[in-house]
Amino acid sequence: MQIDSKTGISSRIIKDRFFKALVVSLSFFVTIPFFFILFYIFKNGIASISWEFIVNLPKPVGETGGGIANAIAGTVLLIALSCATAVPLGVAAGVFLSEYKNSKLAEWLILCVAVLQGIPSIVIGIIAYTWIVIPMRHFSGLAGAIALGIMMLPVIIKSTEETLKLIPDTLKEASLALGVPYHKTILMVILPAGLSGIVTGILLSIARIAGETAPLLFTAFGSQFMSLNVLKPINALPLLIFNYANSPYSEWHSLAWGASFVLITLVLVLNLTARLVTKKWKVQF
Amino acid sequence: MCKLRSETVFNKVLYFSAITIVVLLVSIFLTLILGSLPSIKAFGIYFLFGKTWDPVFSKFGAFPFLFGTLLTSFLALAISIPFSTSISIFLGEYFKEGSLSSVIKNMVELLAGIPSIIYGFWGLFILVPIVRFIEIKLDVPPYGVGIFTAALILAIMIIPYSASLGREVIALVPSDIKEAAYSLGATRYEVIRKVMLPYARSGIFAGIFLSLGRAIGETMAVTVVIGNTNFFPKSIFDPSNTMASIIANEFTEATGELYLSSLIEIGLLLFVVTAIINIIGRYITKRIGVKI
Repeated sequence: MQIDSKTGISSRIIKDRFFKALVVSLSFFVTIPFFFILFYIFKNGIASISWEFIVNLPKPVGETGGGIANAIAGTVLLIALSCATAVPLGVAAGVFLSEYKNSKLAEWLILCVAVLQGIPSIVIGIIAYTWIVIPMRHFSGLAGAIALGIMMLPVIIKSTEETLKLIPDTLKEASLALGVPYHKTILMVILPAGLSGIVTGILLSIARIAGETAPLLFTAFGSQFMSLNVLKPINALPLLIFNYANSPYSEWHSLAWGASFVLITLVLVLNLTARLVTKKWKVQF
Repeated sequence: MCKLRSETVFNKVLYFSAITIVVLLVSIFLTLILGSLPSIKAFGIYFLFGKTWDPVFSKFGAFPFLFGTLLTSFLALAISIPFSTSISIFLGEYFKEGSLSSVIKNMVELLAGIPSIIYGFWGLFILVPIVRFIEIKLDVPPYGVGIFTAALILAIMIIPYSASLGREVIALVPSDIKEAAYSLGATRYEVIRKVMLPYARSGIFAGIFLSLGRAIGETMAVTVVIGNTNFFPKSIFDPSNTMASIIANEFTEATGELYLSSLIEIGLLLFVVTAIINIIGRYITKRIGVKI
């Protein structure tokens, strides 16, 4: 390290102060878009929120008072379906990673998870389209749920593995020493001990997919009607926002603002709950 | 006997799920290759350099979209780096704990959680008029939508990713080398500039690299504000299209095998590029011992 000895101490101190001020102000500058986004979503969103907004279906252009009931129901259904496929698979793969961490397969699995996490969501949409929409010959909620499920997997696997890694070996050894079979040790001792971390991971993965639009564009596709048949196209909040934001009608824009408000509330609540779960339920070792 | 059997079943389930994930990724790759075969056969390497994208005459060259993706991503990276590095230093050195640091930290994490369609929708109604105003002042065609707007939105979206990794590596700098520098009479700025940043360089680079992967694959926010034209952009204020946005816009209306296959080939390119970026990023972070 070289310190320029010609410059005096006072100019070095000024430089130091200036740098700190720069770092602090640039950091605070980033909070501006955050508040800017929240402010506009809340301001425009609350104006269109009402009970009718939650329970009604979208109305044709020109009529006021339409709602987004089908999109809310569709989003809930898609989340439930993708959880049903991704959670068991993801948790099992996470347990595998922590139990057989030195095996060759585990190395490959870690690599696959890293790549899977980076795949752009639109590419996942293409995959679900090729695998499910083409054989079925029409768009379906099922295809959307599969696409979202694939997106959930890496988050669940990683959080499960990292949680289980923190659980001390003595716990497992104590259980095995008492004669508890291996699978029961994992299912009844290790997994419950790491439950908070796993639940956090699942909540975060739901928060990640709840707002995903790209994988749904050509899978779930969207619909104007209340449709809960997963083999048919169904609507979702992000799809509704995308379709209505691009429309020229101001009634639809206000529906989209309201839907954004509902979606962002859902995502923020999921994020906060995930954080609370980590704080409250964490088992200390 | 029964116990033993349920143990082997349990182990098999674990192995099965691990293999399923590996098979899933391999079949995603194979599906993309199979889907893009017709286009690879028809255009070969010229797919990457062809400048015309004309569905009517079935002539597909992806160069405008490759260029659009690279331009928006690197522009976004350039805008985001000063901010993300500042946040890394802010959280990793100046304010390691305390209420100020938790405010910034939570905010950055929530910023990462906002869905991309909401960024796009907000950008379309709030940012586009602002950019249009700037464009009028600069005396360029006031589209409002375009590469510059998309890069601004992308920059906001990727700041959290590079900032969180940067914070971790900066916090990992051993305190004895910092103290050694202080004891030689260095100011805090000199310690950060000449000791911490060189030490944490590869980790900060990995964070920026991984956020580039995000920016390249980001679809919805970009699709909404980029303007969607298939021509070669002449300036950064022109509307354009990226690889992800062309798929989002044209996939459902793609008629004909070659059209669809060309779009899938763009998807294959996206997959390969992001996979390489993530593998390299993981390699760097693994070497310096940080979790991502």
